[in-house]
Amino acid sequence: MNELVFFINNVVIAGSVSGSIYAIGAVGVTLVFSIMRFAHFAHADMMTFGAFMVLLLTTLFPTAGSAVGLPTAVVMLPLAMALTAALAVGIDRSFYKPLRAHGVKPIVMVIGSLGVTLMLQGLIRLFAGTSGQSLYVDDRKEIFRLALPFEGARAPIVITEPQIILFVLTIAAVVGLHVFLTRSRLGKAMRAMSDNPDLAQASGINTNLIVAVTWVIAGGLAAIAGTLLSLDVTFKPDLSFFILLPIFAAAIVGGVGHPFGAIAGGFMVGFAETLAVFNWSVLLRPFGDSLPEWLAQSGNLAFVGTEYKIVVPFFILVAILVWRPTGIFKGKVI
Amino acid sequence: MSTQREQRSDLVATRSRLPKRELTLFVALLVAVLGVYAAMGTAYSTRMLVEAACYAILALGLTIQWGYAGQFNAGVMGFVALGGFSAMFFSVPVNEAFWSSELPGELGLGLLYLALAILAVFATSRLDRLGVPRKLRTLITIALAVVLYLVVMSELRVVTEEIHSRVDFIGGLGLPAWTGWIVGGALAGGIGYFIGKVCLGLRSDYLAIATLGIAEIIKAFLKNSEWLTRGTATVSPLPWPTPGPAEVGFTLARALYLSLTAVLIAAIFFLLHRAYHAPWGRMIRAIRDNETSAAAMGKDINRRRLEIFVLGCILMGIGGGVLGSFNSLFDPQGYLPLNHTFLVLVMVILGGPGNNLGTIFGAVAVYIIWIMSEPLALFLMHSAVDIGQAMFGWDAPGNLDSRALQARVFVIGLLITLVLRFAPKGLLPEKVKHHD
Amino acid sequence: MPLLDARDVHGGYGGMNILNGVNMAIEADEIGVIVGPNGAGKSTMLKAIFGLLAVNQGEILLRGEPIHNLPANKLVQKGMGFIPQEKNIFPSLTVKENLEMGAFLKPHNTRRMLKRIYEFFPPLYDKRHQPSGELSGGQRQMVAMGRALMAEPDLLLLDEPTAGLSPLYMNEIFERVKEINAAGVGILMVEQNAKQALAIADKGFVLAAGQNRFTDTGEALLADPEVAKSFLGG
Repeated sequence: MNELVFFINNVVIAGSVSGSIYAIGAVGVTLVFSIMRFAHFAHADMMTFGAFMVLLLTTLFPTAGSAVGLPTAVVMLPLAMALTAALAVGIDRSFYKPLRAHGVKPIVMVIGSLGVTLMLQGLIRLFAGTSGQSLYVDDRKEIFRLALPFEGARAPIVITEPQIILFVLTIAAVVGLHVFLTRSRLGKAMRAMSDNPDLAQASGINTNLIVAVTWVIAGGLAAIAGTLLSLDVTFKPDLSFFILLPIFAAAIVGGVGHPFGAIAGGFMVGFAETLAVFNWSVLLRPFGDSLPEWLAQSGNLAFVGTEYKIVVPFFILVAILVWRPTGIFKGKVI
Repeated sequence: MSTQREQRSDLVATRSRLPKRELTLFVALLVAVLGVYAAMGTAYSTRMLVEAACYAILALGLTIQWGYAGQFNAGVMGFVALGGFSAMFFSVPVNEAFWSSELPGELGLGLLYLALAILAVFATSRLDRLGVPRKLRTLITIALAVVLYLVVMSELRVVTEEIHSRVDFIGGLGLPAWTGWIVGGALAGGIGYFIGKVCLGLRSDYLAIATLGIAEIIKAFLKNSEWLTRGTATVSPLPWPTPGPAEVGFTLARALYLSLTAVLIAAIFFLLHRAYHAPWGRMIRAIRDNETSAAAMGKDINRRRLEIFVLGCILMGIGGGVLGSFNSLFDPQGYLPLNHTFLVLVMVILGGPGNNLGTIFGAVAVYIIWIMSEPLALFLMHSAVDIGQAMFGWDAPGNLDSRALQARVFVIGLLITLVLRFAPKGLLPEKVKHHD
Repeated sequence: MPLLDARDVHGGYGGMNILNGVNMAIEADEIGVIVGPNGAGKSTMLKAIFGLLAVNQGEILLRGEPIHNLPANKLVQKGMGFIPQEKNIFPSLTVKENLEMGAFLKPHNTRRMLKRIYEFFPPLYDKRHQPSGELSGGQRQMVAMGRALMAEPDLLLLDEPTAGLSPLYMNEIFERVKEINAAGVGILMVEQNAKQALAIADKGFVLAAGQNRFTDTGEALLADPEVAKSFLGG
């Protein structure tokens, strides 16, 4: 029974946590992909930027959260989202739009976005340094221990406050995005432009407006994802390439251009990662007597060590590119 | 008859266009190099030139991928690290403690198991030829692969941990460094083949994503395989193929190494020049410029693309080996996307993608700027702090120097975006000849 | 004053002119049809009118107001609608959403216009919640026309609306075009099925090599033996 609790703590909860973060990140990437047709490499650093804004605001107003009973970081999130969205629109105006106007190939946009990545990295590190910092400046991370009402279950299920916030925010973001894309005029126009940009223009849809809206959403979601990631562990300025690969893998698995495919892909990559680094020998322990010797003896039955976690999204990426490059839900942008 | 005339008109056009721009830029570069010599001394400056030369090899590798074929490799670092590892593994002295123990046998057995496991999985994946339904075959193959993977990995883990704890690491082969460079190129080419095979038929963005990923994986592997590379403990010194500083002094040793790299670059440059003007090079450019019509003319696009990508990766592996040997230190953590991917990218796009001469110019020029920007950034930061303290009583944070260096990251990024926007063909653009 | 008046239009892609001086004028209640051999610049002319192509020389007037080189969304605001030959729907959007996109600039009209379009194309009402990519070719063409009509244009440009359709649907589409015109919308369309198209045309323009070859009423062009010999296949 304790093994089951261990499994829930280390796989179900941990997988949902990283899955949610990847999902929110991947939605942003896939939206940018579907409107502007390039892989936006600076997305991970937009996430970092969002989290950094939260850190900055939390340091400035450390007690704002206690007024409403939430961590200050969460209270500051909407403001950080707005700032990140503004940054995203600003970056587009000053760097991507001129390239688009020149009609460059998508891959040149990719290189441009790598340049933006470096600029963001440089700026963030210039101001934030390179070491990790907690987003809990003035308040304490609540940890909930849920004891199971079973005989012999000594270990409790452990879930932290930021994890609960993360689940709530993820669900809110997904529902909000769905409503926006299927009910609102701008959301439908976004889908239309992703379907057929020329016809969208011929229908009188202002494509510049849609591009701006896309960046606002991508920036806002990036701020959420970055903040949630930093709340769960700590704020680290330099994880961009490590977060970029799972996010791209998630977007491609879900079918590029499909926001809801990206969410499914995000959870898939998140769970695949946690399952791969999970030490399965723990689950086998209760059956130790009836197992072959070599299996029972090995203390570590994880597929990959945590230091090789990044192999998992890469493996998924390669597998999907070989097996079905359009993704599970057939992508629009190929 | 008509071809001859076209060629002649090419020659004339080239001759009349050639000198001015190239000459000005290279003279400026020469002046800059001499300036560095005057300011920083011979030993330091020669070291800088050797490193710049190594980067030029990397940049040539990237320029044929990006400039000739429009493939964007965002993981140069991984191929460089592979080259560096190979140079280390082949040139470092033999570890007697390892070879005299029973560990080589155990490691060999582990690797044999690995080979057998791969063979077994491969065999099961062909079960459908014996009439097993395809779905069932896939299921069996995956299950077998998972089980065998776990078994072999736990077996190997025991051996490698044993190696690390008893004899530190397996040591090198004690061979001349150039063997390592060649094998490094081959290793990088092999990885490039695998990545290219998966990605080159798809959107070009996917290649960028995949190379970015493989670079981090290679780095993670080299960093965490202590039994093979000593991991964070680093391996040094790496022997040079030329006489080392201990024998002939710093300046002369570095000058000898520099002449070796110069010969290497000249050879690569000559071969690339030949290939570029050969039918093969024309085909590559035809594919880059107009994929559809190249395909319509019956060119095997994906094969040509794969060739060029692998060739570029080989050059990066070789360059990484030369650079690794010169540094005389193998430190997996020293491989950074910024220094080993993006710096090379800047060299290529600034120098002129697809133009080998421009790429070499870009490599040397950008490397000098990069090296010189470090003291400059520190100086600027310190002045800023001084002013801040004097005028506002501002108390500067402690880790200022590392932050000042981060500012260079920003500059590299800005440079990339600006060059793409204002000089997309670089300072020395590729000379595209039109035969119409 | 003619609704559309194109005078001596030169234009093309990337410096190469495909149009070498085309003249075209239609009144507000007319159907204009552009016919001609492949490569004559028929579709190019339509794109030039709709601002999708650089006009290097000459002018295009809509109700006397110059419109050449204006972006497409401005032209939609000025009352022009365009139905491309291919890719003229949003395949993953439902039929209803496709139509709504047509009224993007006039959202307050959406409800009223939806009702009218459903009355005009009853099959679309039944399939309104279905992704339009799943419809048949003729129904897709209805979606495309419906989408363009949602903005209540004064002038509708159609690029080969009957290409690839079965004869049954072809006649249906021509009937619809006539009905749309009767409701007060000027029409300018490019057609391969020259005879049928000229039969409903008030004005016909025969283009060749980027220039007007014949310009007359549809009836007159059909009756002209030279036109018949060179362009209508005898």
